Amino acid sequence: MSEGHSTYSPKTGLGRWFDARMPLPRLVYDSFVAYPVPRNLNYMWTFGGILSIMLVSQIITGIVLAMHYVSDTSLAFGSVEKIMRDVNSGWLLRYMHSNGASFFFIAVYLHIFRGLYYGSYKAPRELLWVLGCIIYLLMMATGFMGYVLPWGQMSFWGATVITGFFTAIPLVGDWIQQLLLGGFAVDNPTLNRFFALHYLLPFMIAGVVVLHVWALHVTGQNNPTGIEVKSKTDTVAFTPYATIKDAFAMVVFLLVFAYFIFYMPNYLGHPDNYTVADPLKTPAHIVPEWYFLPFYAILRAVTFNIGPIDSKLGGVLAMFGAIAMLFILPWLDTSKVRSAVYRPWYKLFFWLFAANAIFLGWLGSKPAEGWYIPAMQISTLFYFAFFLVVLPVLGLIETPRRLPNSITEAVLEKNKAGSGHPAGAAAAPETKG
Amino acid sequence: MKKILISLAAVSALFVGAAAYAEEAGKAGEASHEANPTHFPIHEPKEMNWTFSGPFGTYDKAQLQRGLKVYKEVCSACHSMKLVAFRTLSDLGYSEAQVKAFAAGYTVQDGPNDAGEMFERPGLPSDYFPSPYPNDKAAAAANGGAVPPDMSLLAKARGLTRGFPQFVIDIFTQYAESGPDYIHALLNGYDEQPPSGMKIPEGTHYNPFFNAGVSLKMPKPISADQVTYDDGTPQTVEQYSEDVTTFLMWTAEPKLEDRKKTGFRVVIFLLLFAVLMYLTKRKVWSNVAH
Repeated sequence: MSEGHSTYSPKTGLGRWFDARMPLPRLVYDSFVAYPVPRNLNYMWTFGGILSIMLVSQIITGIVLAMHYVSDTSLAFGSVEKIMRDVNSGWLLRYMHSNGASFFFIAVYLHIFRGLYYGSYKAPRELLWVLGCIIYLLMMATGFMGYVLPWGQMSFWGATVITGFFTAIPLVGDWIQQLLLGGFAVDNPTLNRFFALHYLLPFMIAGVVVLHVWALHVTGQNNPTGIEVKSKTDTVAFTPYATIKDAFAMVVFLLVFAYFIFYMPNYLGHPDNYTVADPLKTPAHIVPEWYFLPFYAILRAVTFNIGPIDSKLGGVLAMFGAIAMLFILPWLDTSKVRSAVYRPWYKLFFWLFAANAIFLGWLGSKPAEGWYIPAMQISTLFYFAFFLVVLPVLGLIETPRRLPNSITEAVLEKNKAGSGHPAGAAAAPETKG
Repeated sequence: MKKILISLAAVSALFVGAAAYAEEAGKAGEASHEANPTHFPIHEPKEMNWTFSGPFGTYDKAQLQRGLKVYKEVCSACHSMKLVAFRTLSDLGYSEAQVKAFAAGYTVQDGPNDAGEMFERPGLPSDYFPSPYPNDKAAAAANGGAVPPDMSLLAKARGLTRGFPQFVIDIFTQYAESGPDYIHALLNGYDEQPPSGMKIPEGTHYNPFFNAGVSLKMPKPISADQVTYDDGTPQTVEQYSEDVTTFLMWTAEPKLEDRKKTGFRVVIFLLLFAVLMYLTKRKVWSNVAH
């Protein structure tokens, strides 16, 4: 956990020479070998590692794609097709990259929901959580700009709609939109700056990831019980324990990823993006990528004016507000107990929130008409109520279950109840699972 | 972990219930008049059994060659194929000489030459299919205002929203042929008669499989016996449409066979790797309760 004593002792002369001058091997050893992790982490804790390899995979495939891509409105679409047809393994690189974005988001959503369920955002991990939110925000910007690059119909019209949000901001809105677009409409300057930013942002993400991991290594990981690590028996060494578990989870995740790349590479995309962008022809149905759909539903849920705020600005505020909720979450939850395991009411509301988020996503793919509108409004209301009402109030009125005294106690209790194995002495438990 | 999975299942069930109810409610609303449909296509396309579907899908080379013939003799009169180079036709089983001869059958504009003038020459394998119209305006003018779409990517650029819960099932059945099914259905949909009372705009043709209205500008493109097959394959609209659709899937996704073949190896490798990882993980954790 927090800056303990380093147990690294270089065995070779070269190692000692290095250690005295720039102790990078020591840093790696302390962070990824000796670093103690709670012994009761479940597979939901493997998504951090999975996200790291997804980021690396996206950067590597992206750099190679950038060697063949041309960011010019008259050439972009054709250059992507050249990659698909003529570049060696170009189809693989491009499908890995486009599906990789989706799988990056699948992993990040599971990672975020893990944090929500086990209360990983609570003191002393608020900053760790906020850094994660910044990564998520950067990911959204990167994903959005990346989707514009192939210059298909959805690229163009998605960019038109999303940059159009900014015009809702009073006074400076038009100026911001023109700054983003580099003109008055989505055109060549837009494509060029989006390409430049799409190349830049992943490295900013990598930078914030370093801060995120740094913050993590100061506070240590949360765990399914939500109880802080108290003694050495509560933890195991990162290597081999967490390393091998992460590796197994990564391979399983890659298996699902590969299934999509090789067998349904266009399932998560939109057919309209295989038609070259045409500024004179609006698609029947403009939808963003699936990972933005819940926010797209929230945006369109506001169909009415509130005082001086017209429905357009209201929608944009609601959408950004929905993301802002995540940033202030650590200060909204009043409960001292972290894990939902010991919070019966929170657990119920958490699952309702998860179901509601999926439902919002589904609504996001539907046109804003008929009964979909009230459904979007009710779902949006619940989304905000979860953060602004349920979390603050629940912490005050809920009676949590009895918390175990330590992680070790929780583990031994669980194993005793679960498998019927006699739990050995705390120091040498014989059970396995 | 088990609890999380159970809860996830419960959440999904809740979502399934809500969405299924929603779809029903939606359908009840759209049971409108037959003559004034509001949702398109009016009929869902039939799901075909394509040779290229599924994890081991491949293209039938003879079928691709027939499809190319249909495209060349029929579709190419109006539809361009800008992204496809003649050289790639060797994928259809043609020899280098055949590809050369095929390309030479087209006239391509080249230049400028040393005198600074554009000139015409026979096509080379490195050329791309020439377009039937010099530009989109000309294409629109010749076709009642609608530009016939470029066909290179058509099989991937079309597809219908599958709705819930079908889109979840599709993941497991590997259904990725919504585009080809749509094209095939559209080509076979021209013989259906519009319901009485339905207004068909002037200059358009009724087709209940069209995804954006009751009718489209394109007239029935092909009839039986219009293209001669040398290998005795039946010369029906059904056969033509299957062949040309397969050809269009190839033009849209020429690396499909390569992709699926590679995919099988990757999946097998990852499966074995996962098993080994799991066993190693169990061994490592065997003396630690967790």
